[in-house]
Amino acid sequence: MNEFSVVLENVSKIFTEEGKHEIVAVDGVSLTIRKGEIFTLVGPDGAGKTTMIRMMCGVIPPSQGSIEVTGLRMDFHLSEIKTRIGYLAQRFSLYGDLTVDENIDFFAEIHKVRDYERRKLELLDFMRLSPFRGRLAERLSGGMKQKLALACTLIHTPQIIFLDEPTTGVDPVSRRDFWKILSSVLRSGISIVMATPYLDEAERSSRVALINEGKILMCDTPEHVKASFPLNVMEIVCEDPRKAMGLLKGGKGFQSIELFGDRLHIVFDSAKAAMEETLENLRTLGVPATGRTISPSLEDVFISKISR
Amino acid sequence: MNAIRELMVKEFLQIRQDRRMLPLILLAPIIQVILLGYAATVDVNNIPMVVYDADRSVESRAYLERFTNSGYFTIVGFVDRPSEMDKYLDETRAILAMNIPARFGRNVGSGRSVAVQLLADGADANTASISLNYAAQITAGYAQSLIADQLVRIQGVSIPRVTSVSRVWFNPDLRSANYMIPGVVALILMIITTTFSSAAIVREKEAGTIEQILVTPIKPHQFILGKLLPFILIGFLDVVLVLGVAIIWFDIPLKGSVPLLFGLCGLFILTTLGLGLFVSTISRTQQQAMMTAQFFIFFPFLFLSGFTFPIENMPPIIQALTYGIPLRYFITIVRGLFLKGVGLETLWPQALALLGFGVIILSLAVARFQKRLG
Repeated sequence: MNEFSVVLENVSKIFTEEGKHEIVAVDGVSLTIRKGEIFTLVGPDGAGKTTMIRMMCGVIPPSQGSIEVTGLRMDFHLSEIKTRIGYLAQRFSLYGDLTVDENIDFFAEIHKVRDYERRKLELLDFMRLSPFRGRLAERLSGGMKQKLALACTLIHTPQIIFLDEPTTGVDPVSRRDFWKILSSVLRSGISIVMATPYLDEAERSSRVALINEGKILMCDTPEHVKASFPLNVMEIVCEDPRKAMGLLKGGKGFQSIELFGDRLHIVFDSAKAAMEETLENLRTLGVPATGRTISPSLEDVFISKISR
Repeated sequence: MNAIRELMVKEFLQIRQDRRMLPLILLAPIIQVILLGYAATVDVNNIPMVVYDADRSVESRAYLERFTNSGYFTIVGFVDRPSEMDKYLDETRAILAMNIPARFGRNVGSGRSVAVQLLADGADANTASISLNYAAQITAGYAQSLIADQLVRIQGVSIPRVTSVSRVWFNPDLRSANYMIPGVVALILMIITTTFSSAAIVREKEAGTIEQILVTPIKPHQFILGKLLPFILIGFLDVVLVLGVAIIWFDIPLKGSVPLLFGLCGLFILTTLGLGLFVSTISRTQQQAMMTAQFFIFFPFLFLSGFTFPIENMPPIIQALTYGIPLRYFITIVRGLFLKGVGLETLWPQALALLGFGVIILSLAVARFQKRLG
């Protein structure tokens, strides 16, 4: 067995809608995911994240290319692979009309797990769901539902789990909880592949792939991704950032300008002179502003990559 | 096997939780058979009749008595003017109006012919023609007895009469319920198995759980079996319930073999589950599944199977169409088993047709379902 948990080689997925033209959801993607890492696919809606995850889980076959999961070829060993992976689909997809316990029992049984009682109790405890064992799944809060879903995907002790936007629509506190659980899952030796639209989640992963329009723009550790960004980012603070943005847009000397909350991020390709010049410009236009150089966030990198 | 059993257990747990489904499964068939047992009757009894008797003689009363004594007619009113009869007909308070002319008694007594006017509400053509038929029979009987009386009185001789003595086989009382309720058994079996199986599968799509199942080692055929088997059991349970009501409440004789009835129900279920599975592949929501089943399966089946309208009365083209309706064969089977007590030696062509439909529909549906999953 090799050290990779997932290997994609030149994988494409083309959907043909009836009566419409073809849609290339995933376009020639090659990717290796190592054992024991938490790997995130990050990108905007419609980038192809879900399609990639569904192909890695064997829900849909690729139109082209080959996929290997836990060292096995997907096209030959699909049923064996299914016993080794767990999958959490994008929508909460457990049985709302079954209780917490019944949901876990069901997934244990169909995975042919024997004597799962102890593992179930462990997982329930771990997810802090023990007090709610008899409750119907549909009566749980969003965060608890997500934890129950995770418990169900972990009941058969998979080698790798695939999570498709697990924290979308979950409140920030539950999100933090969920991440704590994920790191313990990782420590227990289970690799994690997840898709997320949140860049702050991507920052926490071992490696991240930036995806847009079915292609991987970049794939590395978050630190390397940011370090590879050869540009200077200036954060500008002023009274009316919207007005400032309007004034500066279309100007020269910088690559992109984005509104980040009440601040502006301006990406320059070179010298400090250009930054000074921009601040001076704003001052003469009647918007006094202060600026400082910051290290780029994943978001800066991503936006700059996409807009290029 | 384990996976199938587990899916079934899950299905029953879900049904237990579903506050709408449980009464639907257990009570709806019973209520349906009771309602249909009473409502789905083509017997014509107690036809409301309004009378304008301008004669008010002994003879006219004797004539009217024959109507009331027959059991077919109930006189709901006597009116003083012929025009008032219209009102009764307009308001559907009466189906038949009778106008007995003045001097009815005297003319009858003196051997002259008399015409009695009958008006029938033709809005319901069936009932109208049946009531006119009855009325004509009663009138003919009355006329005949007049002739006989006259002859006896005048000449002291009797005249020969020819009457037909008819006996009805299989359903001697000609009760509609005997004929309709076996059909209701077939209908309920079809509705329960088709609707519930398709809804149960579509529900997994709606909830997204099917996606989760796909990543487990469950094979598509195990999934299909695990989803359909519970509804086979429920279908049979409902057959037992409906049979119970039919036999105990309505006193319908079940003359044929019970094991054979259940065996043939099993054959029919192949078709209904196949249709349910097919509906599930073309529907995204449970509501769509229900609508599709209702409009594209239940309605044509109901009308073209001979359940509501006798096939013999249909024009040849429509009759040809009915051969493509699996329910047609099953209706023939249940009626034959219930009322005539016939067995496979008579019903084998229908059984064979059901088997053929079942195997073809079910395998096409399974193939389509598996393709959709992939």
